[in-house]
Amino acid sequence: MKKTIVTLSFILVCTVILFAQANSPAASKVRGKKVYETYCLACHQVDGMGVPNMNPPLSKTSWVTGDKTKLIQVILKGFAQSVPIDGEDYSNNMAPHNFLKDQEIADVLTYIRSSFGNKSSAITAAEVKAVRAKTK
Amino acid sequence: MKKNMIRLGSLLTAIVFCSSSWACTGDSTRHEGGDAATAVTPDANNAGLKLPAGFGALKIIDNIGRPRHIVVNSKGEVYIKEFRLKDGKGIYLLRDTNGDGKVDTKVGFGNYNGTGIVIKNGYLYASSDEEVFRYKLDANENVIDTAHPEKIITGLKKGRQHETKSIVLDDAGNIYVNIGAYSNSCQEVDRGKGSKGIMPCPILDSAGGIWRFKADKLNQTYGDGTRYATGLRNVVGLDWNTQANQLFVMQHGRDGLFQMFPEYYNEKQSAELPAECLYALKEGDNAGWPYIYYDQQQKKKMLAPEYGGDGKKSVDDKYIDPVYAFPGHLAPNGLLFYTGNMFPEKYRNGAFIAFHGSWNRAPEPQKGFFVAFVPFKNGKPSGEWEIFADNFAGKEDIASPGQAEHRPCGLAQGPDGSLYVTDDTKGAVYRIVYKK
Repeated sequence: MKKTIVTLSFILVCTVILFAQANSPAASKVRGKKVYETYCLACHQVDGMGVPNMNPPLSKTSWVTGDKTKLIQVILKGFAQSVPIDGEDYSNNMAPHNFLKDQEIADVLTYIRSSFGNKSSAITAAEVKAVRAKTK
Repeated sequence: MKKNMIRLGSLLTAIVFCSSSWACTGDSTRHEGGDAATAVTPDANNAGLKLPAGFGALKIIDNIGRPRHIVVNSKGEVYIKEFRLKDGKGIYLLRDTNGDGKVDTKVGFGNYNGTGIVIKNGYLYASSDEEVFRYKLDANENVIDTAHPEKIITGLKKGRQHETKSIVLDDAGNIYVNIGAYSNSCQEVDRGKGSKGIMPCPILDSAGGIWRFKADKLNQTYGDGTRYATGLRNVVGLDWNTQANQLFVMQHGRDGLFQMFPEYYNEKQSAELPAECLYALKEGDNAGWPYIYYDQQQKKKMLAPEYGGDGKKSVDDKYIDPVYAFPGHLAPNGLLFYTGNMFPEKYRNGAFIAFHGSWNRAPEPQKGFFVAFVPFKNGKPSGEWEIFADNFAGKEDIASPGQAEHRPCGLAQGPDGSLYVTDDTKGAVYRIVYKK
């Protein structure tokens, strides 16, 4: 009986640790890099510097390091407005990426917010879910 | 004594001047041109450019905003069109007053952003992203009234992308204007993964082609002009070939074959395809965008994946073939047929193309950032292309276009046959010369 309790406890602890790791910002960032390479890199480039006049940089821009809701909405709705980004115009349209799962969006945003010289906090799947529910 | 001093001074000047072999060509015409030789001295290390043997380069000016297209008047003075206003001005006249090739004075005018600038029949023509203006020139080809240009074309479509208007004139009183398609491939969702193409593409009624207008009529718009050629996604570099008496254009080919249709293309194919195409246009021609693209490896026109293509289905129909095809995504921003006498015979009547440099090759390394050359005979390409002026980027491996130090954009020929190249990143203007 005692043995069973120890075993069960061990399994429980392991599960908690694994679960915690899977949802740690570090693990999210690792997964986010893969998402970035698949869906973002072609335009925003390997160094996150974007393309002058065409695709905005992700490095040290207020759109990436600032308000999470606004950033999550760019992924969900794309970007096709004539709005200057930190004073510069960028011409290429970004298609909506709402086909990505909440966790994938959280991962890729966690990645870009902590890469290319950025040092902003992680974004969770729950935060993406909440914004998605309010975004039409 | 005074006379002796002057003589000594002259001698010293001559020694200093002649210590550069470049300067001692015995050409007294200097910057007035007309002779094959030139008196200007290239910069140390040719301003960082790599050139064929016998050529040299100097920066005539640096940090002059973001110059796009460029034209040199009959006196060797340079006009540049700024992409974005520099100190409130959209055009600069650059003058070298002492003949050393370097700009000594500059005059800014025009309050609009843009790309196109050209001189023809006593007028300077310049374009914003929606209009074309012209300024009357005096006998020295200087603008008489910089504040009051005539607006000859207005109301052109300006989308978020491919918004610039390039211009060129023929010898029959017509001006040709590129109106770029405000889309990558006319998908239902622009740049959307797997999104279908709209059939027929509605953009083509007012963009995605070259429009022809009268060079001397005021306030023309779509109804006054003719859609001269269609199915051209975006043209930045264009020129009138006087041997063929024909308009030639360089198209910026579509992006993202792999990103949009990974089931048909891999990243390497997507980095090389489609070709950047040089087209010789006749009235009524259709180059096929967005329905087709040109594959320079298979040497075929291919059905675009948005319209049922899969990288294998070719088409052979009403769409014209390019007269020359370059690797993908190099971004041809300047085209110039060389008619000068300074450069060696092989360059005569050939095409120089300024490739701005790619971005859509990622994650493959980027390419371009050079001026290429294609020899021509009787108005047709007569040999393979080669890199003419290289290393604008300042280093070999460019992973992302923001890493390029300079990016070549506009081309112009000086009256002495020098080739001028603008850089719209740091604002350098290069002059490339040849020594016999």
